[in-house]
Amino acid sequence: MSGHHPDAEVAVRVRRLEERVVAAGLTDDAELDDVLSRLLTGAGPLNGARIVARAWVDDDFRRRLLADASAAIAEVGLSMGGGLKVQNLGVVENTATEHHVLVCTLCSCYPIGLLGPSPSWYKSEAYRARVVREPRAVLAEFGLELPPDVTITVHDTSAENRYLVLPRRPAGTESRSEAELAALVTRNGLIGTAAI
Amino acid sequence: MPSPMPDAFAPGDRVRTRPVDPPHHTRLPRYARGQVGEVVRRLGAWPLADASAQGREVPAEPVYTVRFAARDLWGSGDHWVTVDLWQSYLQPDLQPDLQPNLRPDREPAP
Repeated sequence: MSGHHPDAEVAVRVRRLEERVVAAGLTDDAELDDVLSRLLTGAGPLNGARIVARAWVDDDFRRRLLADASAAIAEVGLSMGGGLKVQNLGVVENTATEHHVLVCTLCSCYPIGLLGPSPSWYKSEAYRARVVREPRAVLAEFGLELPPDVTITVHDTSAENRYLVLPRRPAGTESRSEAELAALVTRNGLIGTAAI
Repeated sequence: MPSPMPDAFAPGDRVRTRPVDPPHHTRLPRYARGQVGEVVRRLGAWPLADASAQGREVPAEPVYTVRFAARDLWGSGDHWVTVDLWQSYLQPDLQPDLQPNLRPDREPAP
């Protein structure tokens, strides 16, 4: 519909809310700007891609990542402390027989600091309701047809941990550099709705 | 701040989620209420979101990753669903024999 901008309505509501919390003395505009810029500056799927590429080329890093991801990502210059509070990170590894996919069925929990804002489908009711119930069908709709002998685990990440999927390294990439490998990794691969 | 709640569960324990329907914010998804699952790991300790959302200061309590078999949740499906759950949402599973699906034929690698 011409002239209809739902984003503008949301922006007005957000601004009203900001004015209320500032008026209540809970924060001020400078602090809000500071938190948002720290959270979103440099937050994008490239961060997750760098983590994955390092894990593909460095097996010891991969093991540290799977054991304690929050600590391990410091080795590639990243941290989970960019938001309002420090969060825990968990990394789950796809293999030839196991596939992991992420969802937050209650809202839209997502590692924003590492992947940037989530895609709109991740927040859709259809994805949230269906992927926990029929992941194989949902993944097929994303173009990811998994063999029947692959076990799927759906991670409903609606508490305080955030997650990242470590996708399988594509065949034939043995000679690629870490930077070249990072360029192959997609956002959907990091959520588990695509293979790399 | 009150002292943290001690751990009631450990990895490998079978637990049943509480069959509750609270009138307030909760992080126990409806589909996972009253269901039997297995504790996979302890993630840390945080104040219960149900209380925090109401502005109440409560002690940090353990949060666990709990794994459910799709057949137990939905009646069909060969996948697993893991949910991160606060200890207050969990009770020991006292009737283990009534949940044959928790260990399906195909066990994922540890």
